[in-house]
Amino acid sequence: MNNLIPPPAILIVGALFVPLIKGKLKSAYLLLLPVLAFVMLLKMPAGKYWVVHVLDYDLIFGRVDRLSMVFGYIFTIISFIGVLFALKVEDDLQHVSALVYAGSAIGVTFAGDFFSLYIFWELMAIASTFLILARRTKASQDAAFRYILVHIFGGLCLLAGIIIYIQNKGTIEFSYIGLDGMASWFIFIGIGLNAAIPPLHPWLQDAYPEATVTGAVFMSALTTKSAVYLMARTFPGTELLIYIGALMTAIPIFYAVLENDIRRVLAYSLINQVGFMMCGIGIGTALAINGTVSHAFCHILYKALLFMSTGSVLYMTGKIRCTDLGGLYKTMPLTCLFCMIGAASISAFPLFSGFVSKSMIVSASSHEKLVAVWLILQFASAGVFHHAGIKVPFFTFFGHDSGIRTKEPPLNMLLAMGIAAFFCVAIAIFPGPLYDILPYPVHYVPYTGAHVVGQLQLLMFGALAFTLLILSGYYPPEMRAINLDTDWFYRKGGRLFNNVVDTVLNGINAISDRLIARAIPVWLGRLSRTPVTSLLMLYVKATGKKDLVIEDLKGETRPEATTLLPMGVPVLISIVFLFSLFVLFVFLT
Amino acid sequence: MKKELKIFDRPENVKKFLTMFYISLVVLLIVDLFIPKHGDFPWENIPDFFAVYGFVSCVSLIFIAKILRLLIKRDENHYE
Repeated sequence: MNNLIPPPAILIVGALFVPLIKGKLKSAYLLLLPVLAFVMLLKMPAGKYWVVHVLDYDLIFGRVDRLSMVFGYIFTIISFIGVLFALKVEDDLQHVSALVYAGSAIGVTFAGDFFSLYIFWELMAIASTFLILARRTKASQDAAFRYILVHIFGGLCLLAGIIIYIQNKGTIEFSYIGLDGMASWFIFIGIGLNAAIPPLHPWLQDAYPEATVTGAVFMSALTTKSAVYLMARTFPGTELLIYIGALMTAIPIFYAVLENDIRRVLAYSLINQVGFMMCGIGIGTALAINGTVSHAFCHILYKALLFMSTGSVLYMTGKIRCTDLGGLYKTMPLTCLFCMIGAASISAFPLFSGFVSKSMIVSASSHEKLVAVWLILQFASAGVFHHAGIKVPFFTFFGHDSGIRTKEPPLNMLLAMGIAAFFCVAIAIFPGPLYDILPYPVHYVPYTGAHVVGQLQLLMFGALAFTLLILSGYYPPEMRAINLDTDWFYRKGGRLFNNVVDTVLNGINAISDRLIARAIPVWLGRLSRTPVTSLLMLYVKATGKKDLVIEDLKGETRPEATTLLPMGVPVLISIVFLFSLFVLFVFLT
Repeated sequence: MKKELKIFDRPENVKKFLTMFYISLVVLLIVDLFIPKHGDFPWENIPDFFAVYGFVSCVSLIFIAKILRLLIKRDENHYE
């Protein structure tokens, strides 16, 4: 494969030259990189290549099969859309980190060994942190700090698992692992953290809404979905994932209903959607894995579309809270339309992409007779329409008129949204090409009468509930508030830890400073100047013979502090002290 | 600046929209009676099952969320 350049290298190395190029050429160069990566992908045959021999190990940078290929395609497609959306951003930090981030995600996808996987994994965490930092607000700095800490924790879990795995198996190559033993649990937690499985999820809804307008588009696509890929690679058919996934689909929608920040609503619905994928991986049948992979593909497009359309609102108005927005369809009709296409797709409306992908996962659950899981998934499907499908467009573009009058975002942003929207509809109408690239042969037919009508009923009657609750005033009003999540444990816990450690350790420090660092030299100094008196004082104190009068004793002893004191005494005391330290040292070690 | 869209400023348009919405619901309820079904679970074949399930799901979602809000809502600068 010497005639091909690895796609991650195109994006990562290519990113480094971005700051050197100016003007129109820069725009062309930025767009060229993902296109070039995509062309390389098309030329890459299945197999294992780009093997680099380092020390005693083989690093495999190109493990190409049907599973990794689908993710490779969608990561490059979304990189192109994301770059186009961010084209007018005059901040090289964002361009460089977005490209490095995308390149690393593709690197993770094609890594066939743990070492190269881990390097790309960490590079992804670092590069994405800069997309939060680049917003340059106090809130984003804090969120970025928490984000990187959480991901360092996740990365260390993964690393611990990898090291134990290599110790046990003697190889750094990996494919199916399965939950079996300590190594696999560490790896599972490391991947699971990036997939935002509860209770390790709060970094996502904490950080994504604080990222830059354009950075959030990349983030919504890459971190969780590369984790989905890796989970599908290493833990398919793990029963635990079915239940984790089902929980993941259900819990975030309650938060999404209450949340005021539109991009945070989207972050919660992102967790909900990844829940479907986790569930599919857990079920692990061919239908479920196909469903998971195709859903990841569609999800990346419509979630990016939602983040782009709401990001455009933030970009044009500077506002993103439900309480501040409303009535924007009047001046941003195209953005509104794109948002609604994204909303219809995430809700799995017939003729929108979610319908042809999510249904496979739900069907897989019913084929396996998982009653409770099926009921939860259907509940979550209705719920996601409720908050992401209706709430996001309704409170942003309709609802009460906020009085904001703005205009459509710049052409490049509209184009990027248009491309994503086109894919959302095209995939739904012609699912064939997507089905053809899935890991297993597809026998699934999405458009049956029962499925279309059943899904429409589920969604439309969910919408009826929304309508009636809004009209009757029962719908929980939008409020400026924080809703506690599991990040409470480390945000409050971290502060508590800091305070406790501050009090205890600094307290001990102060006490030992007073008792040892200050008192002992003073006492030793006195002892060497007036040894007899000092020792006698000690003797008096120790035995409690308070009736002894010091002055009497002084008379009986040598006069002190005179030249009559043998020079050897302080030296002797010092030697005894040092010797006792030495003995202590010997015994302790 | 271009002319603004104002279709939903007029109450009769909102009313028209809602009427269309309600009619489509009724149509869905009726169509479902004539659709052949082969669901994996017996209740999938009950007429209009998904309509009831969708409605009940969303109503319970809202009511549970309202209760949840009492427990988890904090001031916006809770973490400051």
